[in-house]
Amino acid sequence: MTDNGSFYQRDRNWHPPAFTPSYKTSILRSPQQPLLSLENTISELTGPVFGHDRIGPLDNDLLRNFAKTGDPIGQRIVVYGRVLDENARPVPGALLEFWQANAGGRYRHKKETYLAAIDPNFGGCGRVITDEEGRYWFRTIKPGAYPWPNGVNDWRPAHIHFSVFGHAFAQRLITQMYFEGDPMIWQDPIVATIPDKAAIEQLIAALDRQNTLPMDALAYKFDIVLRGRRSTMFENRMEGN
Amino acid sequence: MVQKLHLLKESPSQTAGPYVHIGTNPNWVEITGVWQEDLGLVLVGPETKGERIVIRGRVFDGAGDTLKDALIEIWQADADGLYNSPQEKRGKADPNFVGWGRQPADGATGEYRFETIKPGRVPYKDGRLMAPHITVWIVARGINTGLHTRLYFSDEEVANAECPVLARIAHKARVPTLIATRAEENGLPTYTFDIHIQGEKETVFFDI
Repeated sequence: MTDNGSFYQRDRNWHPPAFTPSYKTSILRSPQQPLLSLENTISELTGPVFGHDRIGPLDNDLLRNFAKTGDPIGQRIVVYGRVLDENARPVPGALLEFWQANAGGRYRHKKETYLAAIDPNFGGCGRVITDEEGRYWFRTIKPGAYPWPNGVNDWRPAHIHFSVFGHAFAQRLITQMYFEGDPMIWQDPIVATIPDKAAIEQLIAALDRQNTLPMDALAYKFDIVLRGRRSTMFENRMEGN
Repeated sequence: MVQKLHLLKESPSQTAGPYVHIGTNPNWVEITGVWQEDLGLVLVGPETKGERIVIRGRVFDGAGDTLKDALIEIWQADADGLYNSPQEKRGKADPNFVGWGRQPADGATGEYRFETIKPGRVPYKDGRLMAPHITVWIVARGINTGLHTRLYFSDEEVANAECPVLARIAHKARVPTLIATRAEENGLPTYTFDIHIQGEKETVFFDI
């Protein structure tokens, strides 16, 4: 049974709604008209492909890909996992791009003004393409929490941003990864845009002591699920009638 | 107990935040040396088939202000209406046209700009042809889930009038929010496509 049909509809109760007043910026940046539901056409069922040759050897090594004088400051970690679809099948060849703050919670961006120090050895970006079994991994430092202007004293929990390309543009996704055991997760207005606690937990990477690199780095496992496709077994039969 | 379906849930979306460029366009925010060139900046080469066009526009919030931090991606068919994707089973797309582009909105003006080609027509599910269009995807701070829409072309009136997707828009007054207007600039057909996230001119967004 192959999955070449249209995608399962996005569960809009699992995703955050567009209008989430506790995250103030969403107030003026949320459509108010209903989205137009569109059965997938070839325009949504296709998507760009990124070959492994696009990726450099240090692209998945945030400890080294920007370093000037030595390793960046911070807790060394490995983040690994698989990209799957909703049918629990691996998604090979998925491009993951990720970005994060440094150990002090400071981003390297011209518009960033937080007073925590810039780390001269940390750029904060990386990318990787999943292998035949949908697996990926990269090396980095654990990002710090940081304050942000929303309420007067709102803080983001430590997190890593992920951008994901599956096999179709309908699967395009941007999300964030959080860290197991972080009490800051549950006070964050951006996390709280997700209404369902189980959905939030899907974004919390598990500390994996079995895969910790001894005398080197902690390991966190973070699986990402993209939309799954209906079986064409049914769709083809329907068309024949 | 019934049998289990063993389906997973899609990972929930979270906003791209204000610093999405660090991950997608690091060179643009002066994080240089990590990789040579940011992906998606160039769509068209000398060998690409099709009519050269420019598409450009701005993204507006509900107060009418321009988003300076938006990131725009486009996905489109080649000049013959074929997608450069393994999922494309109808033929082989132009090998010199990937069909995917990505541009940050300008930090000062909020304008985005793509140099691309005009796509050919592709079929709807039932085989009728859709009008030429480009899929557009917008993320930014404050957008919790990336917004999908489509750009259509003002000089394709006949095709637009018979496009089964445009026909599905119940409020006909909203159809023009998807139609980019053509003008000539520097000898190139230039289509302006402004995106209004909210308000009276709110763009039609799709749940695809």
